[in-house]
Amino acid sequence: MKDGRIFLGLALLAAFALNALGSSFNAYYYDVCVSIGINIILAVGLNLLIGHTGQFSLGHAGFMAVGAYTSAMLTNHFLPSFLRLTGSTDSTFFSHCFFFAVLMIGGLGAGLIGLLVGIPSLRLRGDYLAIVTLGFGEIIRVLILNTDALGASRGLSVKVSSTDLFWSFGLAAVTVYVVASLVNSTYGRGFLAVRDNEIAAEAMGINSTKYKVIAFVVASFFAGIAGGLYAHHKQFLTPEGFNFFKSIDVVVMVILGGMGSTAGVILAAIILTLLPEFLRYLSHLNGLPHWAQPLLENRLILYSLILIVIMLVRPQGLFGELRWFSKLGRRKTQ
Amino acid sequence: MDLTLFLQQLINGISLGSIYALIALGYTMVYGVLRFINFAHGDIYMLGAFFGFALAPLLAQLFPAGAGIYGAVAILLTAMALCAGMGIIIEKLAYRPLRDRPRLTVLITAIGVSLFIQNMTQYFVGAEPKGFPELIPIQAIDGLGKLTVLTSQATIIGVTLILLFLLRFIVMKTKLGMAMRALSLNPTACSLMGVNNGRVISFTFALGSALAAAAGILVAFDSPSIDPMMGNTPGIKAFVAAVLGGIGNIPGAALGGLILGITETMVVGYINPNLRDAIAFAILIVILLCRPSGLLGKVEREKV
Repeated sequence: MKDGRIFLGLALLAAFALNALGSSFNAYYYDVCVSIGINIILAVGLNLLIGHTGQFSLGHAGFMAVGAYTSAMLTNHFLPSFLRLTGSTDSTFFSHCFFFAVLMIGGLGAGLIGLLVGIPSLRLRGDYLAIVTLGFGEIIRVLILNTDALGASRGLSVKVSSTDLFWSFGLAAVTVYVVASLVNSTYGRGFLAVRDNEIAAEAMGINSTKYKVIAFVVASFFAGIAGGLYAHHKQFLTPEGFNFFKSIDVVVMVILGGMGSTAGVILAAIILTLLPEFLRYLSHLNGLPHWAQPLLENRLILYSLILIVIMLVRPQGLFGELRWFSKLGRRKTQ
Repeated sequence: MDLTLFLQQLINGISLGSIYALIALGYTMVYGVLRFINFAHGDIYMLGAFFGFALAPLLAQLFPAGAGIYGAVAILLTAMALCAGMGIIIEKLAYRPLRDRPRLTVLITAIGVSLFIQNMTQYFVGAEPKGFPELIPIQAIDGLGKLTVLTSQATIIGVTLILLFLLRFIVMKTKLGMAMRALSLNPTACSLMGVNNGRVISFTFALGSALAAAAGILVAFDSPSIDPMMGNTPGIKAFVAAVLGGIGNIPGAALGGLILGITETMVVGYINPNLRDAIAFAILIVILLCRPSGLLGKVEREKV
């Protein structure tokens, strides 16, 4: 337990230091850095579900959308009156407090939807679950598209930009801490048991549906948090930003990093955030053959190849053996 | 309730349902022999339409006077053959090396294959929708009173019926069909009886892909706008149809397709057109909760 707290404290300090440096970054690098933090939250959360519990979800973007839209609406409607209520001159502090509360509510909202979706669908086997979660993700997107109060297809703008490097990396560290502690605890062995053999786990007295639902709700919660960060970073939300391909992005991070390896998934999240940017840079180089440019600009061609090749050649992922966080939350034994 | 309107919706539903049925058969047959969901099946349907699109100018060159109905049949058969080949290639390259791996591995590969086909097609032909040439004249059939039945709808229903009978013949009366049925019962015992399992699996993929290609061409007759992402929604809906009928069960897939198509047009016509894509998922969730083995499927106990 002690290791974990030290890790969390150090990571939060690092995030704080990074944030102090962040003001000197140019806007593009700043944007990429914040996105890395958000993607780490998404991927590590989904890894709890796919990697540790063995349940496949293709609707992660839907839960991200719930968190993003919830927190965006709260900020747009209540932030000014909250600041007036506090009556303080130092509004940065209070607006950050408000931001934290809003993120939590967004996360809880996504977790609640995750619970509603998870209870009926997690009784299903893997391949069915993939289709059902895909369906729910699409339903959430279509609902937003048809709700005028949420901006429908016009999109929704968020009035303040509260997300900074501290929030993005700080919450990423919290996500890593929570997921690693959860999986490595005695209680968390249940997730692995359900993944490795559901029937055997049931025979050992593990309530597999309960574990699956918990994993699903926790993953949705963190997707909601990531959505809130995304909303207050980009300051503009459209339903199209949360389509099926966004879910695929996160799935590819988990698969490339190695299902069940937190460290691997973090590395993959970083790589896959930087890679499209790098490819975009490459595609603008001079002297490139004309057929190469669209190939470089469509990240999905590369992502689909990653999925196929990784599964054929290295199903444990690029960094599947990395176990940096396997000590977090584990009790010391004699 | 207006009877004409109801009949009209019913005909529209049957023609839509025929398409779902053709695609669903591929899902269900592959599930029967390999126990996995071929996510890339909807993209084979898309490829079928695009093969037809590419073949049509070729045909026009060969027969400048217009080949008429024979041209349409030739294009349909060629596209089916090409897609059957694609199905075999995909199975050989992507799925066969994973034969004994966990289910999740194969599922992820299938998602990868699906995305790859879509995006490579988009790379080669562009993302914007293409107009499919009018191979058969689309007009209303005379003499049906107030009902409007388009020639394209009649073609869809007719060709689907022919293909269904052909499929039934292949599965029930030929040796390969018997091998398919044996394989879906017990792969090990099947290979002990001298069946070349690999060849039967290839044949199953070819058969399913050919049916999906036929669906793609038939859809392009009726609504002549095709694009590389057109396989996504019908693919998922056809999967729902396969589950509805009982996955692994061939008559069930045809029945599920028809039910889904009719339900969808009825909901769109009488309740709310915005629900068009949501209805399939609602059906899927209800069927998985109430009767996971589907309408015609048998309950299978999972054993350790």
